[in-house]
Amino acid sequence: MATKNKKLSLKDKYQYLTRDMAWEPSYQKKEDIFPYERFEGIKITDWDKWEDPFRLTMDAYWKYQAEKEKKLYAIFDAFAQNNGHLNISDARYVNALKLFLTGVSPLEYGAFQGYAKVGRHFSGAGARVACQMQSIDELRHVQTQLHAMSHYNKHFNGLHDFAHMHDRVWFLSVPKSFFDDARSAGPFEFLTAISFSFEYVLTNLLFVPFMSGAAYNGDMATVTFGFSAQSDEARHMTLGLEVIKFMLEQHEDNVPIVQHWIDKWFWRGYRLLSLVSMMMDYMLPNKVMSWKDAWEVYYEQNGGALFKDLERYGIRPPKYQDEANKGKHHISHQLWSTFYQYCHATNFHTWIPSEDEMAWLSEQYPDTFDKYYRPRFEHWQALQEKGERFYNKTLPQLCQVCQVPALFTEPDDPTQLSHRSLVHDGERYHFCSDGCCDIFKHEPEKYIQAWLPVHQIYQGNCEGADVETVVAKYYHINIGQDNFEYLGSPDHRRWQAIKGNKPLGADDSKDAA
Amino acid sequence: MSIEIKTHAVEPIRHTYGNIQRRFGDKPASRYQEASYDIEATTNFHYRPLWDPQHGLNDPSRSAVRMADWHAVTDPRQFYYGAYVQNRAKMQEATEYNFSFCDKRGLLTRLPDAVQENLLRLLVPLRHVELGANMNNSSVAGDCVAGTMTQLHIYQAMDRLGMGQYLSRIALLIDGGTGEALDRSKTYWLDDALWQPLRQLVEDSLVIKDWFELTLVQNLIIDGHLYPLMYQHFDQWLAEQGAEDVSMLTEFMRDWFSESSRWVDAMVKTVRAESEANAEQLQAWIEVWQPRVIAALAPLAEASVGAPALTEVAAQFAARLKKQGFAAQEIVA
Repeated sequence: MATKNKKLSLKDKYQYLTRDMAWEPSYQKKEDIFPYERFEGIKITDWDKWEDPFRLTMDAYWKYQAEKEKKLYAIFDAFAQNNGHLNISDARYVNALKLFLTGVSPLEYGAFQGYAKVGRHFSGAGARVACQMQSIDELRHVQTQLHAMSHYNKHFNGLHDFAHMHDRVWFLSVPKSFFDDARSAGPFEFLTAISFSFEYVLTNLLFVPFMSGAAYNGDMATVTFGFSAQSDEARHMTLGLEVIKFMLEQHEDNVPIVQHWIDKWFWRGYRLLSLVSMMMDYMLPNKVMSWKDAWEVYYEQNGGALFKDLERYGIRPPKYQDEANKGKHHISHQLWSTFYQYCHATNFHTWIPSEDEMAWLSEQYPDTFDKYYRPRFEHWQALQEKGERFYNKTLPQLCQVCQVPALFTEPDDPTQLSHRSLVHDGERYHFCSDGCCDIFKHEPEKYIQAWLPVHQIYQGNCEGADVETVVAKYYHINIGQDNFEYLGSPDHRRWQAIKGNKPLGADDSKDAA
Repeated sequence: MSIEIKTHAVEPIRHTYGNIQRRFGDKPASRYQEASYDIEATTNFHYRPLWDPQHGLNDPSRSAVRMADWHAVTDPRQFYYGAYVQNRAKMQEATEYNFSFCDKRGLLTRLPDAVQENLLRLLVPLRHVELGANMNNSSVAGDCVAGTMTQLHIYQAMDRLGMGQYLSRIALLIDGGTGEALDRSKTYWLDDALWQPLRQLVEDSLVIKDWFELTLVQNLIIDGHLYPLMYQHFDQWLAEQGAEDVSMLTEFMRDWFSESSRWVDAMVKTVRAESEANAEQLQAWIEVWQPRVIAALAPLAEASVGAPALTEVAAQFAARLKKQGFAAQEIVA
């Protein structure tokens, strides 16, 4: 065949290999094929304006991903064969993995399902392909995480029933309800919530702390997964940015809708990250950086630059950003204190930080740690030394939106809980903050459905009339193995036996507790 | 003589995750098992979907088919993500070699114009069918719940995208990478009477609401006829036209079909065997859709391999169904 036209550019060629396969339907109505594209109020005038965030054809995808998988599994195999779990800094570190596996890995599966759904339902073929590739990437992440943790599960407690626990355990409704919120929303909100707010704005505050934590603490399996997933994450971030710019450029009426979603999902994301803050500051025997520093670098600086860039679309930084910035001095301490007193109902252990760790915390948090938080730990330590390790036997009030116990304080008064409440349709609802209260006011009909774990326990829906029965029977948390104080736990004793020495930060007096 | 390196064995406290133990016992599990069983959320969902308030999230009642446990459907290939991409990476490597061989030797550009036109008219438009299959499988992956089921369908979705891209590259080989042949091929899909019954069938499949009906229609019935017709009978017919070289470029599809039929058959067999109600439902769907699929493919067969080839394909398909216990339908193309 004689050809006169120019050879296709890379960009055009990729479009021929993706979106040109689609066509305008004539036997079915477009809105019947794509029924979910309108109800959120987002107006798309021209899907052709979609810029592909990355250009991977399937053959290239299979090839590159297969190379990554081959290396990854070779390392997993070597790790297991050589009992790499013996090389971690200290068994306390594994508690971060327990939190990761039960709190984060199930979200990867939720993301896989969510992206498969939107990967079908956008009428723009370019966007569909990008979402489908993210979908299968997320499946990769959950499966490789399960394989990375598989060896730890054999040698440590608390990792044995992640999906079961994710659906039921009180603090895991924090990540679960976050993703349920996104998946029950429409496709554009899902992408704003997950691709933009989560995968773009906040990913460095979730992914990096866990993976760097693994690197600093001798956990080769997890850090290898992290390295391997980095290039997937880079694709996911570009999709997040592209989708926001696309929506904003498509129609001016989209701007206020997108702004509302940015506000909402920033705040929900920030609340979810409070779990990560305590992990960074307390659960890593070898510290990477403080939560405060991480927030400054990854949110205040990077996020600041991003929102500056989005100004030209009429987007301002997320509402209550200043409160989050102030919270960086407090939230990890507030969270750890909460888990310390409720760890009879968690699948991981807590403990009093060692002297060295408290000195580090004083240094990292010069304005807050000694004043507000060190005295707590010293008080609890004294009790522990007397054999009266403190467990709070009364269940906490949960926030109706983020479902974290209402433990957060007023931005300018760290001694005052920032409790809010309102009456909707004759019922009273409580919140941890103005941020969550605003989210509720916008969609009360959604949040009144929430399955709040503490309420469900009191309603008798968790297979037990007391917390111990709920924990053992409904949660599958093995009492005396998975839960309670770290010192003296089976993990602790086992680690001591393996290493033939004492773990960091433990002395005999505390051991007796 | 073999040597054995002594390693230090550390006694574990358990051999696998609790969810895997409950199914298979406390013993070391395979990668496939740990990656596939009971990894999804199943209960206590917080909010009903705004886009479908009739159902919850991860709601098994999105299909009329009922299974006590959807994990009864498993993958005979034991594909988890890593096994899947590594298998496909090998297949794509062979395909890449064939494409570059055809390109270097000018095997397609040397074909007579009429034969090239036949490729653009009769073969390349299948990329649009692949796109429909890609969407349908992505849809199923998003709607079904059990890990063993969902992953089958996302792999299938991505495979279809890949095969649509290989078909597109056949046109790009013909037009020297300008896209002109792709444009022309697409006009056949949109306007040529030959394609309209199939295009209508694909568009109709895009509005099927029941996800099991959708996987049955797409992965069993449409593919079960289309692939043997186009990648076996039509492939031979092309050889008779002097275009046997094209066969190198569709080897992926033949390998893929014989492999993917294994899980499709396993899935259908398991779901059918679960209950009388399922068997009846599946039979009813087959009775509705199989004649439509045959009718949609008839013009394509007539323009190339001839109607008897399609009748033969239908007969083979009936035998495939019969093996699974379905009543065979007499369908003559």
